[in-house]
Amino acid sequence: MAGDASAFEPFVESFQAKIFQYTWLTCGQREDAEEVAQETLLKVFESFDQLREPEHVRAWVFRIAKNYCLMKRRRSVYAPEREYSLDELLPSFDGERSLQVPDGSEVPEDALLRGELNARIEAAIRELPEIYRSAVLLRDVEELSTLETAGILNVSEDVVKQRLHRGRLALRKALAAYVEAA
Amino acid sequence: MSHQGNEPEHLSGKDPLCLEIFARLSEYLDGELAAEDCAGIEAHIADCAPCVEFVKQLRASIEASHRFKVPAEPAPVDAALRGKLSQAWSEALARKKAAGQG
Repeated sequence: MAGDASAFEPFVESFQAKIFQYTWLTCGQREDAEEVAQETLLKVFESFDQLREPEHVRAWVFRIAKNYCLMKRRRSVYAPEREYSLDELLPSFDGERSLQVPDGSEVPEDALLRGELNARIEAAIRELPEIYRSAVLLRDVEELSTLETAGILNVSEDVVKQRLHRGRLALRKALAAYVEAA
Repeated sequence: MSHQGNEPEHLSGKDPLCLEIFARLSEYLDGELAAEDCAGIEAHIADCAPCVEFVKQLRASIEASHRFKVPAEPAPVDAALRGKLSQAWSEALARKKAAGQG
C-alpha cells in the first residue's frame, strides 16, 4: 500500500476524512480542526517511508494527529485537566431517568433521529477531559485496539482501560442528564 | 449482598466487591475478561434489574460512539496542498526505494 504510487488518491481520501473526524472532536473549533488535519496529512505523506508496520497504519496516522492536536492545544488557551474518580461516576437510581440511547438493534431509521443522537454524542465527547476523550475517540469511535491506543497515547494498556472506562461512564452519565433536561 | 429497594448495594459504593466489579464493566463488555471473571460479574448482577439496566445503558452508549460520524465534511484538498502532498509522497517513495537498494 504505502509503496504504491497508485495508492496516493485513495490514501488522501481515506485518511483526510479519518483525521478530520479526530481533529474535529479534539480541537473544538472547525478552523483549528481543518488546520491540524492538513498539518497531519502533510506530515503523514512526508514521513510515510518511516512507517515500519503497515498493518498498523491507522494507529501510526492517529499518533501523528494526536501530537499535532497537542501542539495546537498548547498554542491556544490553556485548559486545565481534571480526572474523574469512580465515585463521581457511580449511578444513582433514585431519579436518574433511563438513558434513551437505542441499542444496536434499534438504530433509528429516520435521518433526523440519527442526527440528533449523533449531536448528543458529539457534545458529550467534547465535554470529556482530554485524557478520557482521547481514549474514547481512539477505542470507541475509531475502534483501534487497546494496544494500539496505548502506543498512540504513550501509556500502558491498563491506563488506557481505566481512562476508557471512566470516559464511557461519564458519557453515559452525560447522555442521561441530557435526556432528563430535555 | 442484598438488593433492597431501588438502589443496589453494589452500585452504591458500599460493597468493595461490587465496586471492583463496577470498575471492570468496560473490560467485561469488551470481552477482555477471563470466562470465570465474566461468570462472576453475571452472577453478581443477575438478580438486580437496575444493574442490568445500567449495563444495558453503558453498552448502548458505547455502540452510539461506534456509530458516530462527524457532521461536517473537511474542506476539499486544494491545489496547493495537493501539490505538497504529491511531492512529499514521491520523495518518500524515492527514499523507501533507495533504502531498499542500500
